[in-house]
Amino acid sequence: MQIQPILAALRKHKIPAFLIVLEIALACAVLCNAVFMIGQRIGEMRVPNAIDEAGIGYISVRGTDPNLANADIPRDLDALRQIPGVTASAAFNMIPLGGSGWNTDVGTSPENLLSKDSPNVAQYMFTQQGPEALNLRLLQGRSFSGEEYAASTLGDDFMPTAHVVLVTRSLAERLWPGESALGKRIWIGKQTNYTVVGVVADVLRPNQNGLGAAGFHWSLFLPVSPNKGMGAYLVRSAPQDRERVLRAAVQKIESLSPAAVVKGRLFSDIRDKFFANTRSMVWMLVLVCVVMLAVTAFGIVGLTSFWVGQRRRQIGIRRAVGATRGHILQYFQTENFLLSSAGVAIGMILAFGINLYLMQHYQMTRMPWVYLPASAIALWLLGQLAVLAPALRAANVPPVVATRSV
Amino acid sequence: MFGYYLDLALRSFRHNRVLTTLMVLALGLGIGASITTLAVLKLLSGDPLPQSSARLFAPEIDPLGKDSTTPPERLWRDWGNLMTWTDAMNLLHARAAQRQAVMALTQTKLTPQAAGQHPFYSDGVMATADFFGMFDAAFQYGGGWSAQDDENRAHVAVIAGFLNDKLFGGKDSVGQIVRINDHDYRIVGVLKAWAPQPRFYATSLGGRGYGNGDAVFLPLQSAFADKMNPQNVNCFDTGIDANHLDTAPCAWVSLWVELKDAADAGAYKTFLSNYVAQQVSLGRLHHPEVNLPNLMGYLAQQQIVPDDARLQTNLAFGFLLICVVNTVGLLLAKCLRRSREIGVRRALGATRRSIFAQFMVESAMVGIAGGVLGLVFAELGLFAIRQQPAEYASLAHLDPAMFAVTFVIALVASLIAGLLPAWRACVVAPAPQLKSA
Repeated sequence: MQIQPILAALRKHKIPAFLIVLEIALACAVLCNAVFMIGQRIGEMRVPNAIDEAGIGYISVRGTDPNLANADIPRDLDALRQIPGVTASAAFNMIPLGGSGWNTDVGTSPENLLSKDSPNVAQYMFTQQGPEALNLRLLQGRSFSGEEYAASTLGDDFMPTAHVVLVTRSLAERLWPGESALGKRIWIGKQTNYTVVGVVADVLRPNQNGLGAAGFHWSLFLPVSPNKGMGAYLVRSAPQDRERVLRAAVQKIESLSPAAVVKGRLFSDIRDKFFANTRSMVWMLVLVCVVMLAVTAFGIVGLTSFWVGQRRRQIGIRRAVGATRGHILQYFQTENFLLSSAGVAIGMILAFGINLYLMQHYQMTRMPWVYLPASAIALWLLGQLAVLAPALRAANVPPVVATRSV
Repeated sequence: MFGYYLDLALRSFRHNRVLTTLMVLALGLGIGASITTLAVLKLLSGDPLPQSSARLFAPEIDPLGKDSTTPPERLWRDWGNLMTWTDAMNLLHARAAQRQAVMALTQTKLTPQAAGQHPFYSDGVMATADFFGMFDAAFQYGGGWSAQDDENRAHVAVIAGFLNDKLFGGKDSVGQIVRINDHDYRIVGVLKAWAPQPRFYATSLGGRGYGNGDAVFLPLQSAFADKMNPQNVNCFDTGIDANHLDTAPCAWVSLWVELKDAADAGAYKTFLSNYVAQQVSLGRLHHPEVNLPNLMGYLAQQQIVPDDARLQTNLAFGFLLICVVNTVGLLLAKCLRRSREIGVRRALGATRRSIFAQFMVESAMVGIAGGVLGLVFAELGLFAIRQQPAEYASLAHLDPAMFAVTFVIALVASLIAGLLPAWRACVVAPAPQLKSA
């Protein structure tokens, strides 16, 4: 296929050609960034969370007398563990993805605690059976012993008097990159420190706490004995039992503490609620992309149809002097390919610029370069698809048109 | 002439139905998307108290410890006007502004008196007396409490209209007793519907930024004495005692002041600086910086509008731009196809100006049709947003101003789109067009 005649023809149609290039460039720029945002959000929703999501029910209990907590909690846990199907149950202060939670700044020494890069982490606390109720996956070290739970109470500063802590793999990597975390100390406040006895697979925090995806796995776990501040229970069962178990658990707690406000939720519902906004944003982005591509495609169809109509005579002449239908088809396809290429080239630069702008004004990371060629290919395909119908119509122009005067 | 151009435009639309439909549809989609997101953005960045926002100010100080390296601007962005109990009470009692109120949010447990009804939790505000007057909260029954009640830790409460409906069937409940967190409070007032959007006073206190109003309002000191927990506590030093938040190194209450005018605001800022300087010299505070944004300035500082809403608006306008380019292309195709018709009109005496006008009228008609369709799409879009889980979802509506903006955007977009084709049309040389026929 010769390119010169195409370029010569395009030079006669500068404005329509320019409009197609512009439209493809804009579509490419928006598509890159929108698809990147979709990918980011889907990635966020798929971040691993090493707990038994399918089997966990969460029961929050509010409005009880905090001074009776050390009697109420063992009684409630006993009752919960008697429900058939419950494999583990413990009192917690919060749940992953629960929305609100306890966050605290930690350091590896009292000195670096107040420095700018002391990470803010989620502080989970649970009573005995807590690791089993969540199904924490221990990667190194050990879990807590019975004595460690029993010896730990919650002081007035809401810090457990325990001396041991479990950390997630990501937090261990953040605090002691490249070293083993076991035996190291974490400082929370200048006087309080805990020794790491085990590292567990990554567990999400209750909220991102303004840290974005980077800190989403920075969690630590402390053992406590039944105490005030432990406002919720976790019950774990086989996934098929979870609804029945949760209903029974809520009924049990309501009958044991009639003055309390008890609310039971399945973990799967907690997750759905947490990501509801993200999910609706994804759908909105997908919708915009689809409609935008459709509008672009129709624009190409409209403009190409127009100039196929304009060039009926020239096409007829070419056919009369020996061009096959295939040649004509190829001509328009190549022309569209050239225009798309120009549009895509400008579009990729534009996309990069938009990404830079978004990085400056929003919590946005740099777009990986693969998005650029990916949406370039998408737009090439779209262009070829859109040009097909008008190009076929052009290919069907009979050679006899050349000999007619009109 | 205008009527004639309209007639010509309609004829041309009839002649090219598919192309016209495509143009109107694309423009309608672009406008619909832009208006939907713009309406949401306007709602999210609106003025919560249009009558008094210019007079309301949020004093900000830096309560962090000696060795803190956080710049105050960063602290204020994160914490807003959050301060410690001691500072808030000192500033409240100084009464250096026309009105001032200290507040915190709490979850209140309400126990209905009727047997068999379950207790439930509602959003509560712990505040001092000026809260209602400063924030334009009007009363359906009764009124607020006095500064004296604050100091006496009186067990009085104001409840929202919707809670009054739920507990007392909407009757005048002033004088009735409600049981809140297992303490008896006497109702002194019932509010009319009151839910400023955004909930400017709530965000730094750990509340949501938009959505329903609060249900229960209690005197801050009384509620604090009854051990109601504030929703957001930011501690910045060791020696934290959760049972004595009034002396703990923790920021958990916020202060709002009402000042008459700019001169007053200047005077108050000086007062605030002097107060902080004095506390620094006493060794209680360590950072002399202060800030006094007004309500709208404060909302801007807090970046209260969700990023997603702003991103969506950018995206929608990008999409509108694509739709406009698309319309330019299609209009151009349409009008170049009519070169012969233009040639005939020119030969019969039409001026360039009248050809230009004719095509601009045609574009404007596409624009108006696109605008009408855009409104339909915007209503659909807003309906879809109302079904969304976001906390501001239920507020998404099109107001008359946005209605007008839709048509302005539609007309401007279509006229811009029409410029190039109309110009191309009016420079068509008549002779070759007539010859080729």
